[in-house]
Amino acid sequence: MAVNRGTTFLHPAAPRPETWIKSTPAGLYCEPADLYIDPTRKSARAVITHGHSDHARPGHERVLATAATLALMEERYGNRAGRERQALDYGVPLTLGEVTLRLLPAGHVLGSAQVVLDYRGSRIIVSGDYKRRRDPTCAAFVPERCDVFVTEATFGLPVFRHPHDRDEIGKLLRSLRLFPERTHLVGVYSLGKCQRVIALLREGGYDAPIYLDAGLAPYCAVYERFGVPLGRLLPLEGESRAGLAGKIVLSTPGGDDDWLRQFPAPLIAMASGWMLVRARARSSGVELPLVLSDHADWDELNRTLLDVGAPEVWVTHGREEALIHQAGRNSIRARALSLVGFEEEGS
Amino acid sequence: MKRFAEAIEALQRTVEPRARVSLLADYLANAGDPERGWALAIIAGALDIPKVTPAELRALVAERVDPALFAWSHEYVGDLGETVALIWPVETPSENAMPALAEIAEGLLGSTREEARGRLAEWLDGLDPAGRWALLRLATGGLRACASPRLARDALAAWSGVSLERIERVWHGVNPPYLPLFAWLEGRSREPELREHPRFTPFMLATALDERSLESLDPRDWCAEWKWDGIRAELVCSGGARRLYSRLGDDVSGAFPEIGEGVGDDIALDGELLSVRPGEAASREGLRRRVLRSRASASILEECPIVFRAYDLLRLDGADLRTQPFTERRLRLEEWYRATPRTSLDLSPLIPFKAWDELRACRAAEREPGIEGLMLKRADAFYLSGRREGAWLKWKRDAFTADCVLMYAQRGQGEAASFYGDLTFGAWDQRSLVPVGKAFLGCADLKLPEIDRWVRENTVERYGPVREVSPGLVLEIAFEGVASSRRHKSGLTLRSPRIARIRWDKPAEEADTVAALARLAE
Repeated sequence: MAVNRGTTFLHPAAPRPETWIKSTPAGLYCEPADLYIDPTRKSARAVITHGHSDHARPGHERVLATAATLALMEERYGNRAGRERQALDYGVPLTLGEVTLRLLPAGHVLGSAQVVLDYRGSRIIVSGDYKRRRDPTCAAFVPERCDVFVTEATFGLPVFRHPHDRDEIGKLLRSLRLFPERTHLVGVYSLGKCQRVIALLREGGYDAPIYLDAGLAPYCAVYERFGVPLGRLLPLEGESRAGLAGKIVLSTPGGDDDWLRQFPAPLIAMASGWMLVRARARSSGVELPLVLSDHADWDELNRTLLDVGAPEVWVTHGREEALIHQAGRNSIRARALSLVGFEEEGS
Repeated sequence: MKRFAEAIEALQRTVEPRARVSLLADYLANAGDPERGWALAIIAGALDIPKVTPAELRALVAERVDPALFAWSHEYVGDLGETVALIWPVETPSENAMPALAEIAEGLLGSTREEARGRLAEWLDGLDPAGRWALLRLATGGLRACASPRLARDALAAWSGVSLERIERVWHGVNPPYLPLFAWLEGRSREPELREHPRFTPFMLATALDERSLESLDPRDWCAEWKWDGIRAELVCSGGARRLYSRLGDDVSGAFPEIGEGVGDDIALDGELLSVRPGEAASREGLRRRVLRSRASASILEECPIVFRAYDLLRLDGADLRTQPFTERRLRLEEWYRATPRTSLDLSPLIPFKAWDELRACRAAEREPGIEGLMLKRADAFYLSGRREGAWLKWKRDAFTADCVLMYAQRGQGEAASFYGDLTFGAWDQRSLVPVGKAFLGCADLKLPEIDRWVRENTVERYGPVREVSPGLVLEIAFEGVASSRRHKSGLTLRSPRIARIRWDKPAEEADTVAALARLAE
């Protein structure tokens, strides 16, 4: 279905977007505000969309982000999280020279934000990473009209249509019932996926303690502090082998085999959007793939482009060609914004 | 359809046999009739469904999806059916609106290929991605690879608590979707009555002879035969129908249509299928080619002749002979054999002997392919299904051994999830190693931790869960024989290979060659 949106900007006299926001080797740079967005290099002034390490890097001079993102960065980097840190609530405008900046929820992980920049009647939204479906651990994405929408395309192929969370968590719960003697090891990304899996398990009625491998607990504590209840979480250390039978253990993927051996008959699960592709699940040795993604799937990406109504879309990272092709079919001018330093992780 | 899709998806991912049985039993407990019956038929490989070709599938998706988007997607996903299942452009319908497995199975069965193809789009529209994937696997024949009649019956037994033996007796007399079978297993009706049906009797099985116990046995109590190295089979004729059952009770009549012609109308024979060309030694390759096909073509009948070598008679003309002693059954078998004209069938001869030493000499001298040793049968033993201690004894000839070099290792699942116990080994061909077989080490095997450690320390490359190791570890492989194979690079496969021991002392260069193994080929 082709929707003709023309190429009219919100204000006919507004400056062309590429004159005031630029793709540089250090990341997207907003010239009139002297501000980088998720810069890959140490910068004098940075706004950070969310706490994942490929977006939130250490060592900037002045850092602007939501309070939750700042807390997650402090957890990750300690005193390298940025010399001067300023928390900004969603929706509150901040004036930087001639530019007005606001943060809007992106629905990706706790604290994740889209950055809305207004300059002389021209509006750009840099969405960072986002998803559109409900997530009990973070605020839902808010679409807003703009002239340029900067989008990710991690799952930018029409094969990626993520199933319902409830069904995926249901698979894990069913497997636990079916194999009560086996430890269910669920591979998760430590920030975001971990807490979402826990929250979904709780919603699914699982109220037994959930075991956390080293490194996961601190982020969970931040979530709890920001009002996301996760129930009873226990450290893995000190638990006996027999005590782990039939339990859920969350860990970052790729634990080595000595580590694996502490579990009775481990059943290896993995929560990731990539699990949708069977060969990918198979080649990573996963017995129970759970298709749970914190990124927008194909339908969400395309729906978002229509919702924000931007005549122009810049695609940052992922499989941009298919999304650009599809945007073209919907009469949206889209182009790849090849940014360095963005990886395929945390999906 | 949603449940079925989830069940087969889980079955495909799961390797461990017990876990597979649990998964399927759980499905049977939760799915209703007639869906679970169709599912069971599919898993047992009992449905002959017309196939949709890859070209037809491409044509189908081209009507719905932009070609560029499809090309990028297919390149990324790899598998055609999976790409179509994922990309099929409809909103996920509600579970209630999805076509039921019964509708699909009946539709596929009752239609020509053209009709089946025509309805495919309609069904795809009604399903979610997992359902579409399952449908396409079914329609393209991709589920055949995971089909296992034994798994189906094991799951029935695990779910219902009724013994496998009783289920096997009934199984071949009921048809998909097996409603009377489920009704019986759930206690809603009596055992389905099977009149006039060539019914499978589970085989009587032998235990291995402990040679040290031989001297305590009286030779006069025993009969001896060759132990044939073919495929165990049961030929049953009853009520105008003829069936050939394999070891696990699968109906293999279609693959061996010539076996049993003219043997009469009420008989059950236990014996062995062997590939024998006149004037040539038995070859397992011919047998393998025959058994792979569910229907034998005229050309393969000609190329790979098979004989059924009878060695026991379970029933004849209304009389159940299983409660007769072996010698009595044998007499009746020989009598019948002399009196009946038949083709593709012969008799396994008895080996006369007075003392164990005579048999010992026989066993040592016999290296003919087609024979894997001796069978000792107690003269007074009834025919009892299952493994009966001390009634039938197998006395296999000594296994062959070869020194092979470990090439690849893969991790197992469950208890073995962290151990590299799935091993591929090779032999030398000129200066390179060529894989000749695979063997699996279970968790209980004491060699597992040692090999596992070695694999970790000597990995040169990783391909997903597989590690390639440097050629440095020699394994002594015991095996039953060598079959030539066109499917393997080495041109041969080892039969029943297992790891006898680790040859820490032996340098890899001194391992055996493919040529030496090939000389053992049948």
